[in-house]
Amino acid sequence: MIVTVLYALIFYVATVLFVAGLAVKIVQFARTPAPLKIPTTPAPTTRAGVVVRMGREVVLFESLFRSNKWIWIFGWLFHFGMFLVLARHLRYFTEPVWTWVALIQPFGMYASFAMVGGLIGLWARRVLVDRVRYISAPSDHLMLALLVGIGLSGMSMTFLYHTDIVALKAFFLGLIRFDWGNLTYLPADPLLLLHLLLVATLMVVFPFSKLLHAPGVFFSPTRNQVDNPRERRHLAPWAAQLESGGR
Amino acid sequence: MANFEIPVLREVPEIPRVKPEAMAHSAPFVSAAKFQEPLGYPGALVENWEQRAVEKLGELVGKYRSLQVFLDSCVKCGACTDKCHYYLGTSDPKNMPVARQDLLRKVYRRYYTLPGRWFPKLVGAVDMSKEVLDDWYTYYHQCSQCRRCSVFCPYGIDTAEISMAAREIMDSIGKGQKYCNEIIGKVFKIGNNLGLPEAALGDTLQGLEEEVEEDTGVRVRYPLDEKGAEVLLVTPSADFFAEPHVDGLVGYGKVFHAAGISWTVSSYASEAGNFGMFIGSYENMRRISLRIRQAALDLGVKRIVFGECGHAWRVAYSFLNTLAGPFDFLDPRYPVPQHICELTYSLMQEGRLRFDKSKNDHMVLTYHDSCNVARASRMGPEPGGQFKIPRAIIRATCSNFYDMPPDTIHDATFCCGGGGGLLTDDLIELRVKGAQPRMEALKSVIDDHGVTNIAAICAICKSQFTKVLPYYGFGMDMIVSVHQLVSNAIILDGQAQ
Repeated sequence: MIVTVLYALIFYVATVLFVAGLAVKIVQFARTPAPLKIPTTPAPTTRAGVVVRMGREVVLFESLFRSNKWIWIFGWLFHFGMFLVLARHLRYFTEPVWTWVALIQPFGMYASFAMVGGLIGLWARRVLVDRVRYISAPSDHLMLALLVGIGLSGMSMTFLYHTDIVALKAFFLGLIRFDWGNLTYLPADPLLLLHLLLVATLMVVFPFSKLLHAPGVFFSPTRNQVDNPRERRHLAPWAAQLESGGR
Repeated sequence: MANFEIPVLREVPEIPRVKPEAMAHSAPFVSAAKFQEPLGYPGALVENWEQRAVEKLGELVGKYRSLQVFLDSCVKCGACTDKCHYYLGTSDPKNMPVARQDLLRKVYRRYYTLPGRWFPKLVGAVDMSKEVLDDWYTYYHQCSQCRRCSVFCPYGIDTAEISMAAREIMDSIGKGQKYCNEIIGKVFKIGNNLGLPEAALGDTLQGLEEEVEEDTGVRVRYPLDEKGAEVLLVTPSADFFAEPHVDGLVGYGKVFHAAGISWTVSSYASEAGNFGMFIGSYENMRRISLRIRQAALDLGVKRIVFGECGHAWRVAYSFLNTLAGPFDFLDPRYPVPQHICELTYSLMQEGRLRFDKSKNDHMVLTYHDSCNVARASRMGPEPGGQFKIPRAIIRATCSNFYDMPPDTIHDATFCCGGGGGLLTDDLIELRVKGAQPRMEALKSVIDDHGVTNIAAICAICKSQFTKVLPYYGFGMDMIVSVHQLVSNAIILDGQAQ
């Protein structure tokens, strides 16, 4: 019972910090003015073109592909493995389970190998390549450890030591529906508790760390600006103020 | 010739292993008070500068989305680590773009993020200190703001933005760089970076008229401060002063002449280059830009055309409308401003220019994409016109042209090694070493195709190559202006053969 209540609290707190922290950063990114046109050129000359550029960047990691094939393959495996794994996890939070979520279950299970494999590849570079070793802080290693820990503990439960998934789902549906009267016991399974604790840690760390690259990329002026400075005058509010102060 | 080791040019370039502190000794002269004050900066390091620097950082992070997003988003993936010409040429790990950014980021993290406040060691955050400031001064003056790293970063993080912010912070606490700040002062006082007064400009331009008439028998005009001209030409002051720049200026004049377009240079705005960008100062960049607006108004021109200058073209193309617009008093049929290459190219398309390519047959050419033209601007209506148009001009005026290897041209071009406010003799070791990647690419086309000359459209590139080519055993006169090639090949009406 204590464990169940503790984890219920942990997940409420983690969710609030994750959502609120991320919202604060996104609002900050959106509100900070971009006083000058600085797209890395050649750049699209229309909004639609920018959407395509951003799409290629976010889905294919196009710049990274040009930059370094090793980081690209490891990074892409990790991110898209994780994407499938997360999509698969939706079945623990929805009732009834959506059809597409049911259909991707097998892919999501095996995507975990891509996810953890990609992470280990990235970690190996961090240790083995002298340039990347030089730029790594302890937190960069810890972040990888956290993600690998989440992946391995999850995979252990998927493939080796199954947990009581029905009880787990009931626990989370109870949390989501704020149905505290009938709070279902969380299975006291060490692997599950570890997995959940690491996930909650990741949620808390997210808005305060380099994981901000996820919203950040969409706000990056070198990638999201339209190349049209001669056609349209671009003026930030503080620059306009400077201007009205005297020309 | 040099008291440092000149890099060897290899057939197959390789990424060097890190050599910490290899360039820790390289820093430019610090600005004296007399160069600081005209720009609105304190003359010497202010009291409690640590605190003032941190405050200024916070102010800039609030004013520039680029800075905020870039400082928060880097994941240290390492994609940029082998992309900077200064890292490739010096092996100093602080010249890797991510490490250069981190010099500022670690202070940002310490004062403006929770993990940095609570667990500085864990996330690599540090207090603002003398040591940090020295590192800033050293390594933010080993970045030419060429943006090559931003091309390869998965989030588009542009170290140029970080360098500019760092220089602005240092200026604001009284530690400026002499080279840039002295030059900006000259623009405010005299009108151009070289400090050429009106009389000297007049003499130079008149001398050019005489020379061109002697060479061609045609009276081509090189006017100064002529009211009512159609075009105001804004060009780097080096074009009035040094080889091979001035040969480019001769070419612009011949193009205007052949097209029958009246034009003028302004003595008040006799500089295209805008060093306000190098020091990250919106205010100073704007003050310089407003001179161009003023000159256009005073002279009553209908169009503004920029000469061959890389950083100038970035400020002109990307920022001029913002800084000194709107230009609703100019002829709306032409983009404001226009690049001289755009003008020449459009005249070529209209069939209004005739060339005799054989006049350039003594040369085998390659073309150096200047960093700020390539990655921070455009020419013509299509993205990538900045690569196509200068090459089209070269191909129209020369028979022999070969590009350097694909990973060293277009938006992957290497900086000449002297951009971004580093074109000063106190940084010569950095300039020579930073030129290594470009020199290796050049050597490969010399070996494969017998290239004899390299053309460029940037005053800094031209000066830098003139200085640096000899260190690598090449002739200093290998570097030519694109409009020098135009000048050689153009056929003017009534020209003596």
